[in-house]
Amino acid sequence: MIVRKRRRIQTLFRRIVSVGSLALLFHVFQGRFTLLRDTRTDGSFLVHHFLSFYLKAGCKVCFVGLIQSFSHYNVVAQKLGVSLPAAKERGQLVFLEGLKSCFEVLFKEEPPTGQPNPLQFIREGGSNLKALYEFVRTSLTPSESDSWKCPVLLVDDVSVLLSLGMRPVDVLDFIHYCRVTVCSQLKGNIVVLVHSSEDSDDTENELVVNALCHQSNLILWAEGLATGFCKDIHGQLKIIPRGPAEPSTERDLPRTYQYKIQDRNVTFFARGMSTAVL
Amino acid sequence: MAALATGGAVRRGVAPSFRRAGEPGLAALPGTRPSLRRGQLLLSSGVPSLDAVLGGGLAVGTLLLIEEDKYGIYSNLLFKYFLAEGIVSGHHLFVASAKEDPADILKELPAPLLDEVNEEETVFKSKESQDYMKIAWRYQNLPKMEASPAASSRFGHYYDVSKTLSPELLQSTKCHHFFLPEEISLHPNINICNMTSGYIRLLQSIQRIIYQEGFDGSHPQKKQKNILRIGIQNLGSVLWGEDISCTDNPEDIYSLTKFLYVLRSLLRMSLSACIITVPAHLIQNKAIMERVTNLSDTVVGLESFIGSERETNPLYKDYHGLIHIHQIPQLNSLICDVSDTKDLAFRLKRKLFTIEVHMYPV
Repeated sequence: MIVRKRRRIQTLFRRIVSVGSLALLFHVFQGRFTLLRDTRTDGSFLVHHFLSFYLKAGCKVCFVGLIQSFSHYNVVAQKLGVSLPAAKERGQLVFLEGLKSCFEVLFKEEPPTGQPNPLQFIREGGSNLKALYEFVRTSLTPSESDSWKCPVLLVDDVSVLLSLGMRPVDVLDFIHYCRVTVCSQLKGNIVVLVHSSEDSDDTENELVVNALCHQSNLILWAEGLATGFCKDIHGQLKIIPRGPAEPSTERDLPRTYQYKIQDRNVTFFARGMSTAVL
Repeated sequence: MAALATGGAVRRGVAPSFRRAGEPGLAALPGTRPSLRRGQLLLSSGVPSLDAVLGGGLAVGTLLLIEEDKYGIYSNLLFKYFLAEGIVSGHHLFVASAKEDPADILKELPAPLLDEVNEEETVFKSKESQDYMKIAWRYQNLPKMEASPAASSRFGHYYDVSKTLSPELLQSTKCHHFFLPEEISLHPNINICNMTSGYIRLLQSIQRIIYQEGFDGSHPQKKQKNILRIGIQNLGSVLWGEDISCTDNPEDIYSLTKFLYVLRSLLRMSLSACIITVPAHLIQNKAIMERVTNLSDTVVGLESFIGSERETNPLYKDYHGLIHIHQIPQLNSLICDVSDTKDLAFRLKRKLFTIEVHMYPV
């Protein structure tokens, strides 16, 4: 069942130039894999958008935050109108704080019962992300009392797993297992952030990025401007729909918008139409 | 609890590293300044012009990574400025090195220029005491309020590199040392797979100090909170047991990145800040430096003119090198402060280390 909602209060993106492609960011699809990609800039504003959007839409969210602390996401989410501690308390949000789990797995005694730590590969080595996948599966499998809409997995970000000693094939296996469970079985969505760069020497990262690009249904690519730094334009966003088209939305060609990030929202405009230029 | 009202994350027994600026307990920490826009606590890096370029200072709980210049002269100087600022502000220090004994590093810290500031303050105060309040006379006898929220010292000092810090000031500061050749004999009792043993010992040492001295809020009975400044010199060099800086195909490319990730988890959960200098010019595998940049918060690269053709170039005669700000953290907000210009050069004088915009072609 596709849910469509129009929101006017406290949305992240305002001044939508054309409804076509950007509307893809406001639609709760089912069974979709969205890849967030950034080059020469920081694409985490997209992660914050999707987190607050899916929480407001009433979906059950599992957020794997590997790179920043919980309070960082919380402060930004509050600016966007969502309270993460409240979502956690009512069971809508399951938040894995990677930095805290890493500390616990290394410096604290392991509890005798209960789930193994999802990041135990840091301590034990081996190269599989099975514990992390089990965490995702148990968090998103609906229980009888759950009344949330489709489950959503958000990962920020996948490139960190490569820095922690995982091979590209392990990372791709993990994503594949998650897609089978979350997208196919549970009819939910996955949103994943990766960093990439042109002429990067990090071949393992480029391998993972290319493989994920081929598997995704939608790619949102935030790039820093090729002409250099500009105060009024922070970057450009390419929206690349892939895969089978939904019956109710038109199949679009890739569209590019330039954006400027402000304190509580992001404004989009067509290329060359920034207020600095006009 | 006040932290709940401000919306910060509350974990049992562990203090959140980023809190709203309005909390009175944290604003009274010496040598810090709250950044009201982001709800962070800022520290000075020891160089006021670098603080300005970084958006006000270094946030508590973050990591400043310096990519060393070719001979390590200016990066060593920034390292010492950072530690000296900690001593002058009354913070605790943790100095780690595999090359020099930390005690020797601490003996060579530059002396702060405090005398001129004291003179200005006494002159100002004596003028003020002679004014009577004509209108608000009921407030005449109330104690004077401090203009700045910081309890004692001001934010950011200037240093004289030709003089060293006085031994009395050094003795009054709590400094923890980590000198790798001396720590080899101890056996580490945490197990991180495939990490160089030097790094494991260093992480263990840092975690032990953070826990014992209560920087993570684990000893709430200690009323006076303080900041821990961690300085790690020359990380990634051969002396730490790594081979990434001496071969093209190192055996283990994950040690350094894993170390930085675990260090990040320690920094985020405690009232601390860390400076690390890395010999980036020696690391041939650029993929490692990309990952290291992604795992650090603030990344600054130094390029000195010593030995290059720019040393004799009349255009650059005023400057000693270029400084590249590769990354500034984007914490607690969607946007980040980026300085408008990217062409920055630095100049070292005896009493001043300045960073200025330069207009010349690079």
